[in-house]
Amino acid sequence: MLTLNNQSNYIRKELMIKLLKSFFEGKLEQEIDRIPIDMNPKDSSTYRCCIYKDRAMIRYRIMALLGVSIEKEDNEYKPLKEYLNEALDRKNIDRPVMTVLDTACSSCRKVAYTITDACRGCLARPCSTNCPFGAISFINGHAQIDSDLCRNCGKCKDLCPFNAIIHTPVPCEESCPVGAVSRDDHGRMCIDYEKCISCGRCGRSCPFGAVMERSQIIDVASHIKNGTQLTAILAPSVIGQFPGSLKQTIAAVKAAGFNVLLDVADGAETTAKLEAEEFTEQQAEGKLLATSCCPAWVEAAEKHIDKMRDFVSSTKTPMYYTAETAKKLYPYNKIVFIGPCTAKKNEALRDSSVDYVLNFEELGAFFIARGIDVNDCSEKEFDNNTAGFQARAFAAAGGVAAAVESNLDAEVRKVFKPFGVDGLSRKNINLLKTAAAGKLPYNMIEVMSCEGGCICGPGVISNPKIVKKKLDKYKEETA
Amino acid sequence: MKKETGTGKIDVTICTGTTCYVMGASDLLTLEETLPEKILNRVNITGTTCLNLCKNKEDKPPFVMVNEKIISKANLESVKKAIQQELSGEKNANAE
Ligand code: FES
Repeated sequence: MLTLNNQSNYIRKELMIKLLKSFFEGKLEQEIDRIPIDMNPKDSSTYRCCIYKDRAMIRYRIMALLGVSIEKEDNEYKPLKEYLNEALDRKNIDRPVMTVLDTACSSCRKVAYTITDACRGCLARPCSTNCPFGAISFINGHAQIDSDLCRNCGKCKDLCPFNAIIHTPVPCEESCPVGAVSRDDHGRMCIDYEKCISCGRCGRSCPFGAVMERSQIIDVASHIKNGTQLTAILAPSVIGQFPGSLKQTIAAVKAAGFNVLLDVADGAETTAKLEAEEFTEQQAEGKLLATSCCPAWVEAAEKHIDKMRDFVSSTKTPMYYTAETAKKLYPYNKIVFIGPCTAKKNEALRDSSVDYVLNFEELGAFFIARGIDVNDCSEKEFDNNTAGFQARAFAAAGGVAAAVESNLDAEVRKVFKPFGVDGLSRKNINLLKTAAAGKLPYNMIEVMSCEGGCICGPGVISNPKIVKKKLDKYKEETA
Repeated sequence: MKKETGTGKIDVTICTGTTCYVMGASDLLTLEETLPEKILNRVNITGTTCLNLCKNKEDKPPFVMVNEKIISKANLESVKKAIQQELSGEKNANAE
């Protein structure tokens, strides 16, 4: 996985801010087709072969930010202005959540192993003798891998006495925990959406920024501009995402154009309570219970771990319960969930609990585009009950299990044996398969798709170390 | 302006205005943890609200000031380098 801050996401944020700023100034329609050129003027230095390719890439990034599914709709003759107008006209969001900018994809090598110049062409030749697929031959005393035969087993690398063989992974493929990423005939990345769980890892791992979320910023911005009444519901992990206090962030969100603001941590309390009841029932039957608040995990269980389905809690997510409250309180408002998560976009489409989903990065772009500095905002409160620390701790790994535990009866608590799966890596998927088969000595499994929990989600702004500090401070304050 | 040597510390001011924060300043707030103690003793790290540098289109956030020097598009490495430079500058001034 790439670091939180890198050049690729810097450009994405810059673009988002540009688009929104120009949109709120009423100039986007005129300006949008000029952005790729303005970002890469003549004689500027380039990332790729030439400024023209750089400009083309900016164009695709803008398309993804407008919510276009580039695989389905890629007409090079079509001005961005038209894509913008289509985005402004659309009433509904559709699947899939991610989109591949295939022109940005550098078509990483199919064979993940390279024989370097350190190869001495030795006599023993353990690489070629032991290759199970006969993929290694010697040309001019130098080992060579036949890319048609190689199956990437890695045996040659392990056996070479000179360490002459290196592993060059394909980051997107490597990062996908469910094998949904593959390459087409040209070596370009494609996503099998039947398998995809919308976890967002590929997007965060591609060094070329060739996978992006289809953003909904334009949809939300146009509602703000048209004066639609909007209810924003804010994920517990918001703490520490912006400078200043949580209450200042609340004020900033309102200033950005959201009329009502609810705390999803309130919904998290409902989730924890209901999941505790469910655990008690499952426990009585000697069954396992797995948490259900992480939508990427729920999708992974459904699509990839047959036996797990019966054990995943049927309790809804904090987003769902908060949206329910939102509908009760303000039935005519559009609801926008704001959080750190990519998979929430998919969840929103599955149960239509909310109308739109933004991530923190996108919210930050709204602030900047509208000239709002959180530090300058005076403090405001949520329009529902602000939940205590326990519910807010949902955002970090271990937090959900702890919240469920505190909701259990004393008797049941004694037998509560939680196990945390921190991050859906391939290894952990296998571990969960073992758990589903009843082979682990635990009765409650908390699963977070993102390592570290929601505070490490693909849509966060803040370094998780800083967030942890703020979370601890919040704990003290609310204790 | 010449900094006092020996007693004076190097001022590292990290902008945590919203623009800088969103564009990556949170990483910079971990600076303290990443500096070796020897250097840590010689710097004075503070956060500040918007320095108004983000209003200028030419320079890019996040901004950090190391004494009087402005670092734009700052990251941990560029800040560390600037601190080093200031430190060796001081040494030279001392030697004179
Ligand atoms: S936010 Fe840092 S200079 Fe304005």
